Amino acid sequence: MNDQLIQLNAEYAAALDDDRLEDWPSFFTERCFYRVTTIDNYRQGMQAGLIYADSRDMLADRILSLRKANVYEFHRYRHVVGVPRILGNDAQGGGTMRVSTGFVVIRISRQGQYEVFASGQYLDEVVTESGKLLLKRRDVVCDSSRIDTLLAIPL
Amino acid sequence: MGVSQSDTTILTEGRSFVIVSCTETFVSWVETKMHDNSSLSIAAPTEWPDGHAHVPYWVFQRQDVLDAEQKRVFEGPVWNYLALEAEIPNAGDYKTTFVGRMPVVVTRDTDGEIYAFENRCAHRGALIALNDFGNASEHTCVYHAWRYDPQGNLRDIAFEQGVRGQGGMPADFSREGLAPRKLRIASFCGLVFGSLHDDVPDIEEYLGDEVAARLERVVGGRQIEILGRFTQTLPNNWKLYAENVRDTYHASLLHTFFTTFKITRLTQEGGVLISESGGNHASASYSRVVEGEEGYYAQQAIRSHNDELKIRDLSMLNHLDEFGDGIQLQILTVFPGFVLQQIHNCIAVRQIVPASVDKTDLNWTYLGFADDTEELRQMRLKQSNLVGPAGFVSMEDGAVGGFVQRGIAAAEDRQAVIALGGYDTQSQPFRATESSIRGFWRAYRDTMKI
Repeated sequence: MNDQLIQLNAEYAAALDDDRLEDWPSFFTERCFYRVTTIDNYRQGMQAGLIYADSRDMLADRILSLRKANVYEFHRYRHVVGVPRILGNDAQGGGTMRVSTGFVVIRISRQGQYEVFASGQYLDEVVTESGKLLLKRRDVVCDSSRIDTLLAIPL
Repeated sequence: MGVSQSDTTILTEGRSFVIVSCTETFVSWVETKMHDNSSLSIAAPTEWPDGHAHVPYWVFQRQDVLDAEQKRVFEGPVWNYLALEAEIPNAGDYKTTFVGRMPVVVTRDTDGEIYAFENRCAHRGALIALNDFGNASEHTCVYHAWRYDPQGNLRDIAFEQGVRGQGGMPADFSREGLAPRKLRIASFCGLVFGSLHDDVPDIEEYLGDEVAARLERVVGGRQIEILGRFTQTLPNNWKLYAENVRDTYHASLLHTFFTTFKITRLTQEGGVLISESGGNHASASYSRVVEGEEGYYAQQAIRSHNDELKIRDLSMLNHLDEFGDGIQLQILTVFPGFVLQQIHNCIAVRQIVPASVDKTDLNWTYLGFADDTEELRQMRLKQSNLVGPAGFVSMEDGAVGGFVQRGIAAAEDRQAVIALGGYDTQSQPFRATESSIRGFWRAYRDTMKI
């Protein structure tokens, strides 16, 4: 199972880093939850997110907006994703795995600078649908409460 | 040679020949440069064009201007946003924040009142409070354990009488005047403002009737709950963001998401209210679209219009007219660095804190209210996709100030033009105007005395 989780995260990261953003929603279930927040907010039980989506369509809308409506200078990410840590496994009724995985995202700007844009952990609920692992929930919990300039491409 | 005999002596006695050589080389280099440049004026420009329609770019670029702003603006006759009362509800609660670059502690004492003081020990200047938030009946500097009460009064000096009769403060030592600087506090609708100036007007007079009413409209008489906090680092001078947030002109041009989904258009009804001082404003747009002007944008054939964009999950745009007045969008500012935003039901305060000449911290606090229904709370959370560093209608604001900062790199003697809607700083019943930006600069120049 760990191999499959590693593969899921590797494919997820590659889609974002290779500018295949349209593939990003396909890693989620149709009814899903995706949120980008910070460790401070998370620990205090704060509900808000920098990104807050509760359906796969909302994720697709975000990508459409990035492509068609939003304006930002060219930049790329390089995700470095850690080894998944399985926190719990609810084997009943389809089975939901709770998984925590660390990540670092390097941002590469148009001018060529590298910087650590974000680090944190993915707190996931992973399910199997048609033999494929999908994210039912992903809380992207950033270690810092600071976002430099803007967060366009998802984490 | 510019090196005095005594300098040379010390250097040759205490250090190697190489250092003397470097020093002499440097001095002679400086002298040469000064000589070469004697025909050039090296004084930085300080002229401001007449009227309110131009802003010289040097005002965004200089350390001496930022230094003057600390004294004249942030520590001047203004009210700086510090906190929400809801962030420090109980006795002993505190929050650390900034007034310009001055670190500040905001506290609630056992008398229920709010106090604020410079976060700087009166002894040797170390930070007194080291957490973003906390609860403490007293504040002890970690360096030498000088203790302060929640009002910022010095209560105890460690080893003041010495140890076993040795050391300690001199017999004539006085604590008189030994305390961090204290701020005057004004609380308005649950928002806490602080001032270091003796001659600042009352908060309501400072806000102006119209802006005060618009602020009250959103948060007045309601129990605020905090939904989240984020800091966005902006790659630009703080005043470029202060302009941006007052800029009703750019909203539908830079942020194409709004216009595409018809959330707002310049042809919607709306307008901008500007305080007497110029520094505070409230812009609003109403939901009703002016009849017969639907095609206005399409005719202009500007980038904003995009028929391809079809949103699949419209739930993010669900909203309630929770104020019952049809105002869908209201952006309100209080000079120098406060913003209150209502975009549909997404309510947030933003605090603008200068970090350096070309870096600004924008502190976002997303708000809800204690009486929110679950449905309304969900709307606020979903609509928060519109705002913040990843917001569909605000992510560009994080970058556009940097585009200006980089664009003007060699243009310190040039100026921006802000003439849309005329040359004055009056309230206007439309939003195709830069009147509130001109208002900001009027207040800025009055405060800076430039």
